Amino acid sequence: MEKRELTCINCPMGCRITVTMEGDDIIAVEGNTCKRGFVYACNEVKSPVRTVTTTIKVIGGNVDRVSCKTKEPVPKDKIFEVMEAINKASCKAPVAIGDVLIEDCAGTGIPVIATKSVSPA
Amino acid sequence: MKADIVIVGGGPAGLAAAIAAAKEDSNLNILILERDHELGGILNQCIHNGFGLHTFNEELTGPEYAARFEEQLYGLGIRYMLDTMVLDVASSAVTAVNSKEGVFTVECGAIVLCMGCRERPRGALNIPGLRPAGVFTAGTAQRLVNIEGFMPGREVVILGSGDIGLIMARRMTLEGAKVKAVCELMPYSGGLKRNIVQCLDDFDIPLLLSHTVIDIKGKERVTSVVIAEVDDHLKPVPGTEQEISCDTLLLSCGLIPENELSRSAGVKINPATNGPVVNESFETSIPGVFACGNVLHVHDLVDYVSEESGRAGRSAARFVKANKAGEGPVINIKNGNGIRYTVPSFVRVNELDGDLVIRFRSGNVYRDSYINVLFDGETKLHRRKPIITPGEMEQVILKKEDLTGAISEILIEITEN
Repeated sequence: MEKRELTCINCPMGCRITVTMEGDDIIAVEGNTCKRGFVYACNEVKSPVRTVTTTIKVIGGNVDRVSCKTKEPVPKDKIFEVMEAINKASCKAPVAIGDVLIEDCAGTGIPVIATKSVSPA
Repeated sequence: MKADIVIVGGGPAGLAAAIAAAKEDSNLNILILERDHELGGILNQCIHNGFGLHTFNEELTGPEYAARFEEQLYGLGIRYMLDTMVLDVASSAVTAVNSKEGVFTVECGAIVLCMGCRERPRGALNIPGLRPAGVFTAGTAQRLVNIEGFMPGREVVILGSGDIGLIMARRMTLEGAKVKAVCELMPYSGGLKRNIVQCLDDFDIPLLLSHTVIDIKGKERVTSVVIAEVDDHLKPVPGTEQEISCDTLLLSCGLIPENELSRSAGVKINPATNGPVVNESFETSIPGVFACGNVLHVHDLVDYVSEESGRAGRSAARFVKANKAGEGPVINIKNGNGIRYTVPSFVRVNELDGDLVIRFRSGNVYRDSYINVLFDGETKLHRRKPIITPGEMEQVILKKEDLTGAISEILIEITEN
């Protein structure tokens, strides 16, 4: 049996939740004071995901970098691989908001899209 | 130059105010004056997500949120001037300067102040020590990393656990820096829970509550900072000092509304918010001069800025049309136990645009407590709250029809069990 300690992010209460696991199975969720905490804790121990937001190099634009994000959240343990892939990549101006800049980022199957538009220099 | 409404600042507040005013009356001649080379204000450097949950029911990044408003602005054909710095605000004229027009004055029917806020810098914090390079406010570092594409340092200590500090702890970590600690003077963080978990816990960055920086070392560049625990009076406790080697200290120690223009215009300032005193229409002590966004009071959610600014913009449009100040009975809103401030400060019921939304902050953390609203001493609302913290703005909504009697004062207070 393994116990995992989490802080719930749904509201300012920030309940300390303890999840008891037996392998991949959740045995008990304790410390939450509402249903949302229960759902959060289950997702967080099974498959935690995060949206990565960063910037990517722009060639031939009126600015040197453009902000971007993973179109969907990626597995939490892939965050640094995603960052490395984005930092090696670049895109060409013009860029429109929502443009796909990387098709499949670091093997996650999730694209990276621009969150701002860039005009040519 | 002439305009019906001049809006000072093209950030989230200015955009929402301009759009709402134009929708209220499409014949109005509205002009936004923005000192940066693009619209959107601070949203441009806030590349993280979490914006717009209330407004658009989805999680957007800062630039995406700004773009939604900019599109509406272009669609409505609202005029704006970039790279233009406002120098002076009077009751019916705004003086500004840019490199094309030189110094010029715009005569106008109403003004909306949307100048935003600034970070509290090192000089205002009285941190002892040397003055090496490597001490930045968190927002300056955010601009360097996210817009200019420079890394301000490699080994970082952050003082203050406001949201910008937390966001920058994650941002610096993602870009390869080592964030050694976030120190918070208070026994609680001023940041959102979600940011503490996703910006610090995710990367095992320690949050040291009741700690502060008591010395900065390094001649040319920061080489280390000395931190110490503080007691109940926020004084460093001797014997708790720790030296942390680092090349960068980021400061996230509060935001101050930028009211130089408001003050010189003679607008009355609320000492609790450092922003103008306003009524239900977001009108300041000078008739026809309105204020909204972070210049009025510092927000944690941009969605609330957009909503309040919409009210301010509509009020400005109505003021221009009516060509006179509002009238009718005035109800004062008083801060009771635990309430640091409210916005607005008073209400003219006749002028209310729908229900009355009163936003406020507490002065402390309260668990299992109640928010009470009293009309002339009589309890009208008694609502249980599991937690109230100074870091999260609270609100009560009062129906317009409930405010029609002869009420002279609304008191808001927090009571504990």
